[in-house]
Amino acid sequence: MIAISLKNLDVSYGTTKVVEGANFDVAEGESFALVGESGSGKSTILKAIAGLAPDWTGEISVLGERRGHGVDHAFATRCQMVFQDPYGSLHPRKSVDQVLSEPLKIHGLGNRDQRVEEMLAAVGLDRRFRYRYPHQLSGGQRQRVAIARALMLEPKVMLLDEPTSALDVSVQAEILNLLKKLRREQGLTYLMVTHNLPVVSFMCDRMAVMNKGRIVEIAPASALHDGSFSDPYTQSLYAASGGNPDRKD
Amino acid sequence: MTMTDWLLADSPSSRLQASLGNGYRMLRMLMRNPLTVIGALILLALILAAMFAPWIAPHSPLGQNLGQRLLPPSAEHWMGTDELGRDIFSRVIYGARITLLIVALVAVISAPLGLLIGAISGYFGGWVDKVMMGITDVFLSMPKLILALAFVAALGPGIENAIIAIAITSWPAYARIARAETLTFRNSEFISAMRLLGASHTRIIVGHVLPLCTSSMIVRVTLDMAGIILTAAGLGFLGLGAQPPLPEWGAMISRGRAFILDQWWVATMPGFAIIIVSLGFCLLGDGLRDVLDPKQGGKS
Repeated sequence: MIAISLKNLDVSYGTTKVVEGANFDVAEGESFALVGESGSGKSTILKAIAGLAPDWTGEISVLGERRGHGVDHAFATRCQMVFQDPYGSLHPRKSVDQVLSEPLKIHGLGNRDQRVEEMLAAVGLDRRFRYRYPHQLSGGQRQRVAIARALMLEPKVMLLDEPTSALDVSVQAEILNLLKKLRREQGLTYLMVTHNLPVVSFMCDRMAVMNKGRIVEIAPASALHDGSFSDPYTQSLYAASGGNPDRKD
Repeated sequence: MTMTDWLLADSPSSRLQASLGNGYRMLRMLMRNPLTVIGALILLALILAAMFAPWIAPHSPLGQNLGQRLLPPSAEHWMGTDELGRDIFSRVIYGARITLLIVALVAVISAPLGLLIGAISGYFGGWVDKVMMGITDVFLSMPKLILALAFVAALGPGIENAIIAIAITSWPAYARIARAETLTFRNSEFISAMRLLGASHTRIIVGHVLPLCTSSMIVRVTLDMAGIILTAAGLGFLGLGAQPPLPEWGAMISRGRAFILDQWWVATMPGFAIIIVSLGFCLLGDGLRDVLDPKQGGKS
């Protein structure tokens, strides 16, 4: 089954077109990366899927269902998003407990106490963090809370918007390992935006390379090992990031 | 483990402990500033005076005694007596009730109104924002006291109408603050995340936007209290607020104006009361700003 399918997607902010003619399919259980430089429109695609950039034409389907242009209540239980900046994605006046209980309250789910405890354990946060506020947490801990919040409704598809780029290098690895573990345990589908090629080779099965709002190439992540890219832009991007990310020299 | 340790625990084990701990930290920061403590004590005195007026006041605030007209301050009458022989100290004490009533009702009416209008306006933007801020600007463009005078003139003099008039004139400033505050985070990721979780606009505004506006609102309202008291006293002075024989401080000054050269205490004593209470609100508001200002919130 196809988890995410985009057909001829054009997204604009006002009069400027940010994404043009994006086409790709992500299979269920797959981890797919969107790669490109800043401003190439990769985050915009995620926002369009999530419903935060409603000005688009074309077709978006998630788990076989056509998406509308806005945010909707039922969609929330199937697809969730983790944002780039853990400092901006948590409400500064709400404790971890409140942040994690909120999605359950919105959807009227019971047994909140236990679900929150279980989710904290799943994302590797100790119970003592439960009643802390964001300013009492480190960047990595905040991102764990943000991931936990996204997983509270048990979605099948996760949109990850550079989930590690705002974090320290040492913490990045922890979060990536956590994401990998969660995907394996819960059978999640990832659509991940990043500009970091080593992250792609670690996390993803396939990647789409974007340049100036267009997808220039879709390649398997294994191409990162042998550099077998066909598009000249992808080759220059690959060369600029130092070639094979697994080779230490 | 002592009470303090429990309150300041780094990893509280329940919702109650976490919120009590936050409250305690705030209180400690407030107490660190001596001026704030003075402000809080003045307001405490005001509240106590209003609550226990019948026990504190040595005489009736309304009872006339024409044999004791315009007596200077003495051991019998601490603040002297007015032109009808009423004890001014007792009237000032009873006046605390009226002042507190005005201040509390104005705050209860205008702050939530302004907060809601500002938050809705800032959150939705677009034409909602334009219409609401247009109305707000109409109110803001007129001086407060003049607008209040116009409303009281239309509604008729009296303390209830004075309260309504002051509330109507003071919400626009709060709406502006709440809107400005909302604009700073309406596009932030934690609001987007709530929308993605399927939260309704009402839920986001009430549960996530308003809590972030309240602290600056509390500060602003506290600082405005002095202005509200002065406006109420001004209306009383002009004869449009509290009506005689109510011991409202502004009205008392107005009566004392006739004797200000020969019997200075009649106008001065309620004037002192107004100044001290206004000062108390200002000092407390200043201290609250230092504690509640979001830009300092992270340092606690």
